[in-house]
Amino acid sequence: MRTFSMGGIHPPENKISAGKAIEQVPLPAQVAILLNQHSGAPAVPVVQRGDRVKTGQLIAEAAGYISANIHSSVTGKVLKLDEVYDASGYRCQAVIIEVEPADEWTEEVVLNSTLKRDCTLSPEEIIQKIKEAGVVGMGGASFPSHVKLSPPPGTKPEVLIVNAAECEPYLTSDHQLMLEKGMEIIVGTKITMMALKVNRAVIAIENNKPDAITLLERLAIPYSQIDVMPLAVHYPQGGEKQLIEAVLGRHVPSGALPVVTGAIVLNVGSIFANYEAVQKNKPVIDRVVCVTGKSVKKPGNYLCRIGTSVQDLIDFAGGMPDSTAKVISGGPMMGKALINTQVPVTKGTSGVLLMDGNEAHRNEVYNCIRCGDCIEACPMGLEPYLLMSLSELSEWEAMEKECIMNCIECGCCSYVCPSNRPLLDHLRVGKFKVGAIIRGRKNQ
Amino acid sequence: MENKLYVSMSPHIHGGDSISRKMWDVIIALIPALLVSLYFFGLGSLLVTSVSIASCVLFEYLIARFLLKQESTLRDGSAILTGLLLAFNLPSNLPLWIVVIGALVAIGMAKMSFGGLGNNIFNPALVGRVFLLISFPQQMTSWPLPKPFNLHYLDAATGATPLSVMKSSRFDRLPDMLDMFIGNTGGSLGEVAAAALILGGLFLLIRKVITWHIPVSILLTVYIFTGILRVANPEVYADPLSHLLTGGLMLGAIFMATDYVTSPMVKKGQVIYGIGIGIITVCIRVFGSYPEGVSFAILMMNGVTPLINAYCKPKRFGEVKKK
Repeated sequence: MRTFSMGGIHPPENKISAGKAIEQVPLPAQVAILLNQHSGAPAVPVVQRGDRVKTGQLIAEAAGYISANIHSSVTGKVLKLDEVYDASGYRCQAVIIEVEPADEWTEEVVLNSTLKRDCTLSPEEIIQKIKEAGVVGMGGASFPSHVKLSPPPGTKPEVLIVNAAECEPYLTSDHQLMLEKGMEIIVGTKITMMALKVNRAVIAIENNKPDAITLLERLAIPYSQIDVMPLAVHYPQGGEKQLIEAVLGRHVPSGALPVVTGAIVLNVGSIFANYEAVQKNKPVIDRVVCVTGKSVKKPGNYLCRIGTSVQDLIDFAGGMPDSTAKVISGGPMMGKALINTQVPVTKGTSGVLLMDGNEAHRNEVYNCIRCGDCIEACPMGLEPYLLMSLSELSEWEAMEKECIMNCIECGCCSYVCPSNRPLLDHLRVGKFKVGAIIRGRKNQ
Repeated sequence: MENKLYVSMSPHIHGGDSISRKMWDVIIALIPALLVSLYFFGLGSLLVTSVSIASCVLFEYLIARFLLKQESTLRDGSAILTGLLLAFNLPSNLPLWIVVIGALVAIGMAKMSFGGLGNNIFNPALVGRVFLLISFPQQMTSWPLPKPFNLHYLDAATGATPLSVMKSSRFDRLPDMLDMFIGNTGGSLGEVAAAALILGGLFLLIRKVITWHIPVSILLTVYIFTGILRVANPEVYADPLSHLLTGGLMLGAIFMATDYVTSPMVKKGQVIYGIGIGIITVCIRVFGSYPEGVSFAILMMNGVTPLINAYCKPKRFGEVKKK
């Protein structure tokens, strides 16, 4: 079974919500649609207070190349443009819409769920449609897809890798999407290959999802250019560099774009969004979010509109258990702990994880005993113990020499540390500082 | 907003490994050798071990409490482990007051004065042993001969140890290889039982407390180095297998040199460190004036460890080769 070669861990999988059929969450009373749901510049609003918007209507335009369009996920009246807390705890601009009970979709959206296989568009037209629909990486990083599909001149993509590893514990939304929308994902893969002008695609799935592997293998039989590749369960396999190594055996050179290895990696959720954008003219206005946790009454995979509050989702999943001490957007390894449950769902929200007090509690920190476990666990070949000490001493230049910018913030170091040292917290501080220093140097 | 929520950075889960898990695994791995020692050296072995552990724990508690005014770190089990390892490096008939001094040096000087577990440069148990060896050479180098199932404190009237025999090149007087393997020979109380120590080492490998790099590189270096000498002149130099099975080499290679705090962190560095220990050990044993050199070799390489850490970097992912 293939996997990546350096470091990594295997935390308890805890896929509590696995196999739960996707359920539609009822329309909430109000949605807050953030304008910075993607990496890059926040979108610029094109609606005003008091406007009535239809479902699927453009409400904010991409600002610049690395940015993405944002559409209304509901029909209703724009109450205001206001700042709300996002998952990271920052206050960000959002369009707040009061929801009407019945959807009125924009005309061009095809609403039936009949599979549409054929696509006769040119690569440029496909990318244009994906761009208009505001598709971004749905695995969490939310990088605009149209940028990924237009690699810089001089690089030549050879293979599309569909990231369906879902290596984070607890999360099951991609898994369930594959089980229920398998054919759409295969067609979406084919369309994305056309956009990239590549003739090979690999759908990479960790082998704790054997049903999805079997299903997609069967569905992909007519498409000889699409392979399904099972991978050993190994966190952080969903990391772009780790996944490329696992699938192709090639290392992305430090500081280079992944495409130099010939691979373009897209999350399976984004592939489905590409299908809907190209074949159904449907922008990204909803997504599957799994609500999970050991004390959650009704853990499951829920299809909800972008902008629905996390509280609405939790209520639909049986309410917040009294024992809840931490609410996480995303998985337990890389997710973000929310400061309150009014934070809205974005295009990159893959799950909501409720943790009890005993799980959320951090243990007492002891001295580093230099066991080297963090070095062994680091998938990037760094020395977290050293970087943490340097970070505490504000030795930013030394941190740069020790390759801090290669850190992918996967959290393996903190996970394995027998002294419970908050390694990644300190590495993040250093990465932030060194990043600023490097940018400052470039601007000079 | 009835619930108060914890907010912290990811990761939000921990693997559950702990210092005490690792320390207790090492202690468990030492039990077979301790049992062998109790069998061959009897009461003396028990007394020295108990006093060593008790005084290490006591000194750590007192120093943490009254000198450093820190919270006690006894729970991590490292003081017990230091006490056990110190005892393993002492003759089983050593006067108990000397054992207490050894414990004070190990804990007070080598460990707590640097700031406790994790900050020390040298292996505490070995610093204690070497301090005693230099201060009390008479008592530290007269080992009782093994005498199974005895309940007495054995006399110091002892025969030559295998190492001193090897030093004088009278190989006909070396004990039987099997005796050396199971521990039926003179020596420090925990170092004689090669078989039991290897068993403990296997346990540590399975529990992933240590990796093979340090022990194997030490043992292989000693084997190859003494093998070359043996081939060059079999009259003067002992055979490599006897070198492996005598003295503190097994104990040192498996339990002392693999101490996390004082050994390099990257695998490549660990191999360099192991080779260094092997070469220094053989040099002292064969060319030096002491019959045994494992403790000195490990302490010297402990001192080089920060340098090794600074130069041996792990292989970075996607490293761009500099031209």
